[in-house]
Amino acid sequence: MDRLIYLDNAATTKTAPEVVEAMLPYFSESYGNPSSVYSFASKNKDAVTEQREVIARALGAKSNEIYFTAGGTESDNWALKATAEAYASRGKHIITTKIEHHAILHTGDYLEGRGFEVTYLDVDDKGLVRPEDVEAAIRPDTILISVMFANNEIGTIEPIKEIGEIARRHNVLFHTDAVQAFGQVPINVDELGVDMLSASGHKLNGPKGIGFLYIRKGVKIRSFIHGGAQERKRRAGTENVPGIIGLGKAVERAVATMAERSAKEIGLRDHLISRVLEEIPYCRLNGDPVDRLPNNANFSFRFIEGESLLIMLDMKGICASSGSACTSGSLDPSHVLLAIGLPHEIAHGSLRLTLGEETTREDIDYVVDSLKEIVARLREMSPLYEDFVKKSNQ
Amino acid sequence: MYTEKVMDHFQHPRNMGEIENASGVGTVGNAKCGDIMRIYLDIDEDQIIRDVKFKTFGCGAAVATSSMATELVKGKNIQEAMEVTNKAVMEALDGLPPVKVHCSLLAEEAIHAALWDYAEKNGIKIEGLEKPKSDIHEGEEEEEEEY
Repeated sequence: MDRLIYLDNAATTKTAPEVVEAMLPYFSESYGNPSSVYSFASKNKDAVTEQREVIARALGAKSNEIYFTAGGTESDNWALKATAEAYASRGKHIITTKIEHHAILHTGDYLEGRGFEVTYLDVDDKGLVRPEDVEAAIRPDTILISVMFANNEIGTIEPIKEIGEIARRHNVLFHTDAVQAFGQVPINVDELGVDMLSASGHKLNGPKGIGFLYIRKGVKIRSFIHGGAQERKRRAGTENVPGIIGLGKAVERAVATMAERSAKEIGLRDHLISRVLEEIPYCRLNGDPVDRLPNNANFSFRFIEGESLLIMLDMKGICASSGSACTSGSLDPSHVLLAIGLPHEIAHGSLRLTLGEETTREDIDYVVDSLKEIVARLREMSPLYEDFVKKSNQ
Repeated sequence: MYTEKVMDHFQHPRNMGEIENASGVGTVGNAKCGDIMRIYLDIDEDQIIRDVKFKTFGCGAAVATSSMATELVKGKNIQEAMEVTNKAVMEALDGLPPVKVHCSLLAEEAIHAALWDYAEKNGIKIEGLEKPKSDIHEGEEEEEEEY
């Protein structure tokens, strides 16, 4: 394979070389435990604190509101389970949406099994949560609202500010899973009225296995991992120092390049979307065309199935993903595509392409040219397409 | 994830296409679940399968199992074709991942459905052949009429 075009940046991103470089000394040189007293190790505590500040600045938060975790999934688990436990005496009702990541949905299931009640809100056909639905779902016993900042499959950016205002007005805590959005779009927790926010390092050219949970000062959330006194006694365990350094560097980079990068990605994304919609018949764009992550394009191609499409793209050196059942390991296609109202057979033919900072216009043109060929070939093989053509010719 | 043989049949499917005025056509599967297979058989007066074609909507394994199934029945008589089981298809492909075993079952069902259509049209009975399940795509009545 002479060409590799990586368009699965919502799955993970390449760790930037300067991020790796910043991390390297913390493996074999400055390997001390930040909790140790001697200066050789306590330097690392300062280094960790510095990264906390970098992240806090990126969010308009205070550094003592940033808690390092092993990634987005842990942050989501922590936010939901620990809030549920801490506020159970006030109420046992949680509001979230049908299009959340499984880190939220399955944690919701878990809490339902433990006496909590979870409302899963519908979204519209673009994947947008209606703020009025959030407000209508609030009850006297509602303790938490958790709505993702931007959807990982279809890229729709949710009306976080409106939801934040509603949460505040009703005095309910508001958590947002910003794993896909952080580093891609500007976020200020005070302006948005967010009380907790989950993010992950490897979605923004940082390392895997590191993330954080922002917890607004005053939120009574308990420890989730018990042990030592790290992270203000709220998340025990020796700090993943190289990971934290890498995350800090990645955040610094992402913030510095955000404006330019998004502008470039939006240009390429829209070029991709318009070429696909114009040049490939019987396809649609999933998600909101405007309120959308700069790097996300998600299409459904009628009459074909996603896994076949992915294998054929792979043969051309293109990495992408799909919401088809075959790629999710179940019989049902993506819950997100079903939630925006797609019929199963259309959802099976979905394709997600997520651009990265290295994506070029040539890459996009090559991908569209390849897609045209592959979609035509798969349709030639498809009994559904055969029936459609025969029906149209009648 | 897939064996070399599966990948080979996916990339270079054998006998893909349609047969006009086929002796028997069978369509099985369900668009809802993401797999539909259609088999066309051209069977001569000696009940030998002279030609076979397939069309498949589905994953890599679905395409590969249909392709392999057509290879295995081509040139056989209808009774021999009945012996092409999902196991035979899987073995010929050097195996399938566990979650894809249902694709090989679908391939066997598609052959059976096409043979059933042939038997119905010709008023004959094929030993061991049962009426195929008609669980084909919801909302598209036209397909159902093929049975």
